[in-house]
Formats: sequence, C-alpha cells, structure tokens
Amino acid sequence: MTIPAPLGMLAELTHSCPLHCAYCSNPVELVAGTDELSTAGWVSVFAAAAALGVAQVHLSGGEPLRRRDLPELSAACRERGLYTNLITSGVGLTGERLAALAVDHVQLSVQDADPEGAARISATRTWRQKLAAARVVKERGLPLTVNVVLHRHNVDHVESLVALAERMGADRLELAHTQYYGWALRNRDWLLATAAQVRAADAVVRAAAARLAGRIELAYVSPDLHTGWPKPCMDGWGRRQLTVTPSGNVLPCPVADLLPDLTVENVRYRPLRAIWYESESFNRFRGTDWMREPCRSCPRRDVDLGGCRCQAYQFTGDAAVTDPACRYSPHRPLVEAVLGAAERSVGGPPGHRRR
Amino acid sequence: MTPHLPPHASLRWNPARGEWLLMMPEEVVVLNETAASVLALCDGRRGLAAIVSELETEYEGVEEAQVEELLRGLAGQRLVELR
Repeated sequence: MTIPAPLGMLAELTHSCPLHCAYCSNPVELVAGTDELSTAGWVSVFAAAAALGVAQVHLSGGEPLRRRDLPELSAACRERGLYTNLITSGVGLTGERLAALAVDHVQLSVQDADPEGAARISATRTWRQKLAAARVVKERGLPLTVNVVLHRHNVDHVESLVALAERMGADRLELAHTQYYGWALRNRDWLLATAAQVRAADAVVRAAAARLAGRIELAYVSPDLHTGWPKPCMDGWGRRQLTVTPSGNVLPCPVADLLPDLTVENVRYRPLRAIWYESESFNRFRGTDWMREPCRSCPRRDVDLGGCRCQAYQFTGDAAVTDPACRYSPHRPLVEAVLGAAERSVGGPPGHRRR
Repeated sequence: MTPHLPPHASLRWNPARGEWLLMMPEEVVVLNETAASVLALCDGRRGLAAIVSELETEYEGVEEAQVEELLRGLAGQRLVELR
C-alpha cells in the first residue's frame, strides 16, 4: 500500500482553557504548561509538516489564544504556505488580538443558545465575549464557522442555535453530537441525549439546512451510538490527518493516546516524516488489512473504515474489533445498554469537570 | 454560465505534494490537473466561452461541451458555483 502524505494537522498548542466544558475530549491527564513545546519547537513542527505535504493547520487546544506566541506561530504557518484555521472559544479574541494573527478561518465554539445554558455546560460566563469575537472575525472579513457540540442539555435548542449562528454572521455552522472520549466519556450518562431528542433534532436540522442553503453551510455530525452507523475514523487512520499534542506527541487521531499499548512518538525525539511513514503507531490501523469480521467482508468497509478504534477499545478493551457503535458489531448490546441508561433522566450538575 | 469559486475557497499550489489544492474552511480537496486548470479560470467574470478560449491557448482539442460537463461535475461536489 502506498502511504499518502497528510493533508491536515491538528496542532493542540496548549491544554489551558478558560472554559471547563463537561463534554471536553481533551485527555483526563492534561499536559501542564511547563511541558508544552516552545515557540521554536512549534515552528519546526510547522516546517516539517509543510515539507511533508500538509496544507491545512488547525490551531487548537485547549484555548490557543492562551499561547502568547500565537502571532509568531500563526505567522510561521503562513510563511510556509499553510492555511490556518483558528479553533477558539472566542475568549480573548479582540479585534487587536485578531489583527496580529495570520489566520485564514476562525472556528468559534458556542455552548448553547442562551447565556444560562452556556454557563451550565462550560462552568463559565463567556456569552458576551463570544458575540464580540464573532463580530471581530466578520469585521476582518474572515470566514466564520460556529461549532456547537450537542448533548442532552442543548439538543432541544437547535432552532435557536441556528438563529444565533445567523445573527453572528456565520458562513458555516457545525452541529456535532458529543463524541465520548476524555472528560465527555466520564460525563456520558449526564450528556447522552435520548432517542426522541435525537429524532427531533434531526428533523430541525434537515429543515434548517434547506432554509439556509446557499447562505450558510450546515455540517451535521450524527450521533454514531444512536444511528448505528460508525464514524469513519479520521477518514482513515494515518491517511489524511495527524495531531500534535501540547507536549509534542504525534497521534493518528486526537484521542489515540487513550490506547494503552500504542507506542506514542514525540517530535522532540523523532522527525515528523519518520513518525508519519514509519512508526508502529501510524501503521497499526492503516488501510483495511487489520480488519476482522464483520468488517472484513462488509460492503461498507471502505465507507465506515471499521469505525473508531478508540471507541472499540473503550467499549471492549480491544482496539481492533468493529466499533460497537455499528449495528453489525457483535458488541452492539454494550452500546444499547448505555443508550438505555440515557432514557432514564439524569439531572443535577455533571460529575466531572476539567480544570 | 459565469462560474466562480465558492466563498472563501482558494486555489493553492502545494510544492511538497506537487499538487493543486482547493483550500476551504476545514476542508482541502486535491485536484487533478484538468480540474485545477479549469478552476483557475473561474473568477466570476469569465463566461464559459472565455474559459474555453483561455484553455485553448494551452491545450489542444478543448471542447466546450466537455468543459461544461466538468464544471457541472465540480459544481455537484460544491467545488465551484455556476451562475
């Protein structure tokens, strides 16, 4: 198999974040500020990525604005011809700050359609800062994506969330059901929407997509656990994307270090090119040879790509089995049990909160 | 028909890959040479006939019907807007 060059890189510049969202997919063991790559460390990562064929860099975190050297880091991307996408909570994104950044596109997170709901999920009050951030992005003429992670406590507000995105001047709106890793996995019972909620949201999204067509692009990420169709992991393990964590770990997907037997490589010790092409971790689930039944003989194997390796591990302890989200997985009853628990309402605050 | 790139999309040559890419927010599309040379002319000012005659200066045997078909295909993938 010829290994393709990567197209995109998620650069998690820091785990530090002003928000404390219950659905955060950052690892439960957050990287401390003192372990973060230096400015020069990141600049050499961007240079290596560009040389490898990466075209698009997603500057993310945590909150990337927490890095004081973000102007230098974004400039380093632009110098190397990389398209830069700033993924931000919007906290601290003033007109002045944005003017100093070399970014091509901004993705702004929104937690709910009203200040109270947003405060409940993120344990912070950032409503006005987000509205202001959207304004400065549009004032600079940059394309804006509003991203909303959906869960039990905001999924009934999709109509108002769409209206909010329109008011913010969004060019794109991403409505993505929660994916259960890191902190979100710990809070799964509190976050999981009921089947009826998902059905209702699906219908609202369909209507909104039709109404917004030609004005706002609506990207909807269905909840794989509910639909029974797994998500094609990263469009293929080691095929299009790589993630670099705040400390320089290089991962095939943002959460792959939850797999305990994966040998995680680091840019401080091995060149990015060698990690992409030669490392055991990037080759582990490349292509389809690793697949077992029912994936191996499934007509959808090149569509779903076996689903998510990390979810397979989390449900079964074996990362090489079919994603239990899949309706054809022999482990599907494990998912049904989790969904069944979600039908019984869970109130109160979330059990776990990241710092 | 006056085709133009979707809002906030841009064509970039990627030297490391030796490929033309269409850069969009949160998405990159790898283009083949034919698609790239046609999209490079979709500036919202040139009509189909003008695009075809530009292409004829560089390539032999360009047919308007084929260019139109290619553009409709690209529009179906939302890589260009026809208007």
